[in-house]
Amino acid sequence: MIKTNNLYFRYSDEKEEDKYALKNINLHINDGEFVVIIGHNGSGKSTLSKLFNGIFYPTSGKIYIDGLDTSDEELIWEIRKRAGMVFQNPDNQLVATIVEEDVAFGPENLGLPSEVIRQRVDEALESVKMGEFKRKPPHHLSGGQKQRVAIAGILAMKPKCIIFDEPTAMLDPSGRKEVIQTIQNLNKVDKMTVVHVTHYMDEAVNADRIIVMDGGQIVLEGTPKEVFSQVETIQRLGLDVPQVTLLSHELKKSGIEVSTENLTVDELVENLCQLI
Amino acid sequence: MLRDITIGQYYSVPSSIHKMDPRFKIMGSILYLVSLFLINQIFAYAAVILFIGLVIKLSKVPLNFILKGLKPVFMLILFAFVINIFFTPGEGDALIKAGFVKIYPEGIERAFFMAIRLVLLIVGTSVLTLTTSPIELTDGIEYLLSPFKKIGMPAHELAMMMTIALRFIPTLLEETDKIMKAQMARGADFESGNLMNRAKALIPLLVPLFISAFRRADELAMAMEARCYKGGEGRTRMKVLKFTRLDLVGCLVMIVYLATCIVL
Repeated sequence: MIKTNNLYFRYSDEKEEDKYALKNINLHINDGEFVVIIGHNGSGKSTLSKLFNGIFYPTSGKIYIDGLDTSDEELIWEIRKRAGMVFQNPDNQLVATIVEEDVAFGPENLGLPSEVIRQRVDEALESVKMGEFKRKPPHHLSGGQKQRVAIAGILAMKPKCIIFDEPTAMLDPSGRKEVIQTIQNLNKVDKMTVVHVTHYMDEAVNADRIIVMDGGQIVLEGTPKEVFSQVETIQRLGLDVPQVTLLSHELKKSGIEVSTENLTVDELVENLCQLI
Repeated sequence: MLRDITIGQYYSVPSSIHKMDPRFKIMGSILYLVSLFLINQIFAYAAVILFIGLVIKLSKVPLNFILKGLKPVFMLILFAFVINIFFTPGEGDALIKAGFVKIYPEGIERAFFMAIRLVLLIVGTSVLTLTTSPIELTDGIEYLLSPFKKIGMPAHELAMMMTIALRFIPTLLEETDKIMKAQMARGADFESGNLMNRAKALIPLLVPLFISAFRRADELAMAMEARCYKGGEGRTRMKVLKFTRLDLVGCLVMIVYLATCIVL
């Protein structure tokens, strides 16, 4: 679905010649995969996600979305149609004053006939469970609900892949839960390719693959179990590991033979029971 | 305090007025405004009040809600009222003469008419915005302006700008409130002192508000592009405007109303 080759990127207002925001990124994200990109502030994770959508162009190297080259300006609308993007601030990505009109914004831009738009809007709102709010103005919704409307707005364009750029960073815990649940459903139920950029570790636990970024480079890559078992490396990068993994790690350090690949409470409990 | 502003807000209830074609509603409102300035008979005003009362009744918007919209402009109405009382020259004898202040009967009549006119004007336009969702409104405007596209009028862009402005009014009001509270918590004083001091006190409010508005604009532009927005060209709409039987009835009522105004 997404492929990058020796990708380098430097912001155009950057004075220093060799200061790249992204360095030598080689990635391959498969169809239907749920990939989480993690990194602390300034690691380049958001920049990378914006390159996927053709908002920025690579300084050198190539990105292919579904086989289409993002640096080809002719293809840019087709790429944006196939790879939708949800941003961090829910307020700053809703265009219209009524929920359903906002969801219709994308398909309207694609020039679809009005019956098709109507149908897609209703489907999209149902799949994020916001159907009952369709006549409401966005400023009457909670942060989590607004973000779900934003997701519906992308879904109505029927993309093959959705890129989430820290969609939960501005939400309260209950809003985060709603949005994460919605994202996971998209992947599991609708088989959508999901790229989720975040700095919350616990959101990464259910991913197929985790990519850890630091200083514009990929430093770790693998399944959640593989990545989180390297507790020390992750902590050195200024990131947290899920609490259960941390506990397993500490237990192991003090001599108890537990696996360091536990990600959920249940796994750890089972693991400990086996030891007794 | 900032939440009292009802002008430009949409009141979502199902009613026959809500269902009418926005193009018709806009044209109707314009005719209504024109009629307000053409008439100068007390009976005609009764007809106008009857008409707008009927429209409000049909729209199912609570009267209180509409009248609340008058609050912010109350001072303006009062001002117009006072000016008209004092500065309308009359032909007959002045009612009150005190130095250079002269009040004529014509002045009082005109002041009343002016005040009623302004009230009806604001009520009329707020009925339009309360019963028409901003999207419908801008759709209507876009459609009504589209004949002027040929002479270079950017109808779609204007409509889009209006939609976004309306979308962000509540967001920015909320933000203003938040910044104000934050500044007050640090000892800023917005409510005392003379006009000059108060204006100065607004600077620490306006600067962060503008900065944040620009940042929002930047992010919104990015989000719109990410959703394939490339201008009005090749864009379709989910809701196609249709002139229905309801609008025909509305048209007839409007004609009767205008005829009454002209006759009176």
